[in-house]
Amino acid sequence: KRVRDTRTKLAPAYHLILEGILILWIIRLLFSKTYKLQERSDLTLKEKEELIEEWQPEPLVPPVPKDHPALNYNIVSGPPTHIITVNGKECINFASFNFLGLLNNEKVKSAAQASLKKYGVGTCGPRGFYGTFDVHLELEERLAKFMRTEEAIIYSYGFATIASAIPAYSKRGDIVFVDEAACFAIQKGLQASRSNIKLFKHNDMADLERLLKEQETEDQKNPRKARVTRRFIVVEGLYMNTGDICPLPELIKLKYKYKVRIFLEESLSFGVLGEHGRGITEHFGINIDDIDLISANMENSLASIGGFCCGRSFIIDHQRLSGQGYCFSASLPPLLAAAAIEALNIMEDSPDIFQTLRAKCERIHKALQGISGLKVVGESFSPALHLQLEESCGSRENDVKLLKRVVDYCMNSGIALTQARYLEKEEKCLPPPSIRVVITVEQTEQELDKAASLLKEAAQSVLN
Amino acid sequence: MYCLLQVLLQKNGVSNGTLYKKTFIEHFEQAPMYVAVFTFVGFAVGTIFGYLRDFMRAWGLEKRNIAAEREQQKDFVPLYQDFENFYTRNLYLRIRDNWNRPICSVPGPQFDLMERVTDDYNWTFRFTGRTIKNVINMGSYNYLGFAETDVNALKTVTIELEKYGTGVCSTRQEMGTLDKHVELEKLVATFLGVEDAMVFGMGFATNSMNIPALVGKGCLILSDELNHTSLVLGARLSGATIRIFKHNNMQSLEKLLRDAIVYGQPRTHRAWRKIIILVEGIYSMEGSIVRLPEIVSLKNKYKAYLYLDEAHSIGAVGATGRGVVEYFGMSPDDVDVLMGTFTKSFGAAGGYIAGKKGLVDFLRTHSHSAVYATSMCPAVAEQIIRAMKCLMGLDGTTQGLQRVRQLEKNTRYFRRKLHEMGFIIYGNDDSPVVPLLLYMPGKIGAFARRMLEKNIGVVVVGFPATPITESRARFCVSAAHTREMLDTVLNALDELGDFLHLKYSRYSKSSHPELYEESRLELED
Repeated sequence: KRVRDTRTKLAPAYHLILEGILILWIIRLLFSKTYKLQERSDLTLKEKEELIEEWQPEPLVPPVPKDHPALNYNIVSGPPTHIITVNGKECINFASFNFLGLLNNEKVKSAAQASLKKYGVGTCGPRGFYGTFDVHLELEERLAKFMRTEEAIIYSYGFATIASAIPAYSKRGDIVFVDEAACFAIQKGLQASRSNIKLFKHNDMADLERLLKEQETEDQKNPRKARVTRRFIVVEGLYMNTGDICPLPELIKLKYKYKVRIFLEESLSFGVLGEHGRGITEHFGINIDDIDLISANMENSLASIGGFCCGRSFIIDHQRLSGQGYCFSASLPPLLAAAAIEALNIMEDSPDIFQTLRAKCERIHKALQGISGLKVVGESFSPALHLQLEESCGSRENDVKLLKRVVDYCMNSGIALTQARYLEKEEKCLPPPSIRVVITVEQTEQELDKAASLLKEAAQSVLN
Repeated sequence: MYCLLQVLLQKNGVSNGTLYKKTFIEHFEQAPMYVAVFTFVGFAVGTIFGYLRDFMRAWGLEKRNIAAEREQQKDFVPLYQDFENFYTRNLYLRIRDNWNRPICSVPGPQFDLMERVTDDYNWTFRFTGRTIKNVINMGSYNYLGFAETDVNALKTVTIELEKYGTGVCSTRQEMGTLDKHVELEKLVATFLGVEDAMVFGMGFATNSMNIPALVGKGCLILSDELNHTSLVLGARLSGATIRIFKHNNMQSLEKLLRDAIVYGQPRTHRAWRKIIILVEGIYSMEGSIVRLPEIVSLKNKYKAYLYLDEAHSIGAVGATGRGVVEYFGMSPDDVDVLMGTFTKSFGAAGGYIAGKKGLVDFLRTHSHSAVYATSMCPAVAEQIIRAMKCLMGLDGTTQGLQRVRQLEKNTRYFRRKLHEMGFIIYGNDDSPVVPLLLYMPGKIGAFARRMLEKNIGVVVVGFPATPITESRARFCVSAAHTREMLDTVLNALDELGDFLHLKYSRYSKSSHPELYEESRLELED
């Protein structure tokens, strides 16, 4: 017979005592105060109040010295056309980027007036919320047709065009190869995109190829990551800071060899280079579909305000939802769009102005050679040249002062010039100080010769 | 009975009533729970169908309508992740016809829309060539009605356009400062009651190019949750540390300020170089007005700086249209940086920053826009000058003041009527931006399309501009709207609200009709 032993077996005495002590210890731990490490180093309210009392911030802005060159800017009375009135003095304009002389064109102005009568001034809304006017759609179609691409998109501000286009495609983790002399708007676009930036020496294809090869070896180490990392090359057609053009055929070869996309910034070359003014792709005779995105502003040749991007629909359509300057900003006032359309009409109707402009650029480029103390920086057919000091006199400040004296001499004798302005602390590769010389189609040959001789005189008297 | 509708929401914290000179009434009513459930169900159904469609497209069962990569570049790294565009392809595309509607007249209180049809479910659009005339405009930011084509009004603009042309072709620091800009800047400074002002060609760019000039590494930016993209971009480009406080919530802001000063920079615990608070006057998606008196008292106590973006509020609030500073009866010296745009209330384009002379001088020398971006078109500057002179009464008429009064009356009337009808409206009672909550994704498309059929143009917004459960329709009341136009809109909304079941409010007249009966005699208009 098996009987369950129902009597509880008594555990040995030490076992019970040990368990009892354990239970008492647990109860003690449960009821004792918990020590948090932060509490010991946390500040008391009084200490916090003292810290708040003591803290002194910097002033909101540092004081600006009264003689800062940018504070004493030129004031232009009246329109900045061929004859310009600067600080009360009438001069010939060699400083505004009015390459095709369309700023004062009667047809352009009457188109703008007609648009003003019909639409008023502002659009009162972004493109998505009743800010799309038929003029905008027409301008986009015309630009796309002119540049022979599928689609174009317009922005209401030139600077915002490339600065919104780049971050729409290139995100954190992507790689962008950009020329050292890229303009500030490109730099801001790159900063906003948070991608890896690799600078290559200005127009140096060997340097770019070296960087691309390095990237290739990196890719082989991590093929999975490489498959999702987008790569871009950002170059300008005609560089604002140096006046020369990028070697586009070699770039196209590199594009297909290393599978990188090209973004081309054509603010200065649109309406200047090429047989019909279509920019650097026409200049080199390259198929426009080989360039992924062309971005330009309408503020130079088209003498309006704003900017546009053009390319294949596959690429451009994306900006309509992710271009920040497009979606979150009011659209271009219709009178400026109408002016741009009329300017495009003029460009299409008279393609010989481009040849005339180039001839004038060549003329003054030759005439400016051999000025003692100043050297000409820029291609012979570039309408925006720089005159830099042959020898710097030690500090940038002194160089700037010297160049200012040259500019003032010229202004007093009737030629309006300006120094190229930069934000010294913000630029990645600060160009040396220079005088900007801008050639427009409206300047006559006598005026060009006068300007060249005046600059020679100024350099003689100031620098020697 | 209007007092029944005061719901000072918990999420905005408790307000310090003693600082306010007039009552501050804001509404952020929550919808009943079933609404949130149905919203999620709606998105889920849309997503499932989206996957189904993608599957069919991938296997060739359905035509691919989207543009594709070039043949020669097929082996490049894909430009877009397929998943990133899922929302655009499958949800946004279905109701895409409610955005980017092209118009062909001045964006006044009524406009003409170009008729647009789609043959392939919104992949492409085709213009029929007809225009839909005299659609009531509830979407354009035309608060004071300065978007007009009246020949007398635009007389000076026409003259200046003839004189100056359209472009400037140079930057402010080179050859782009015209006498028109100097005149405009003086006028803006006088209008706002500050020492000096500087104008820029684009409102968005004003923020994104000047905030990096004011703050840099080692500074702290305290930004409101619902700030505009331009402020966020400017803050990011500056390189400063950004901390976000809950929308209009003063407790959250104070806690951040105290922690910042007491604990300093993260890890090094060095003191912050400066602290700047970024807020907007009127938030365009919520319709709420910033709690300026409390923020100014906080800023004075903790020695921070205040950057006020008055894009929507300049001209639209305040007894004489001077913005939120006047609305709260404060002095412009209380705000360190006054920023605003001319696109909304002045019918032009561009932005300004105003404040003490030292600040503006610094911006003239160090702002990115002054050095690298083209200056404002002179004809546009003239439009702003004439609108501002009208507002200030310098043109000899009281038209400006009348416009401001009319806007105030229209705003109050519109908001009151919508509350009475039972819709959930967000925002402050005095703000001309009126968001009407729709919640469910299906209703977004239905609402906008049906309103267009009734000849009223509205703006609807969904994710990602708003939180995913709070899609809304946003009305912008204008001083140019007549009482008849507003009544037309209100009647249409009433009908549509019943048809689409949009009247979610639990405090509405329709849910307690007995309480409203006797009060109708008391409420004067």
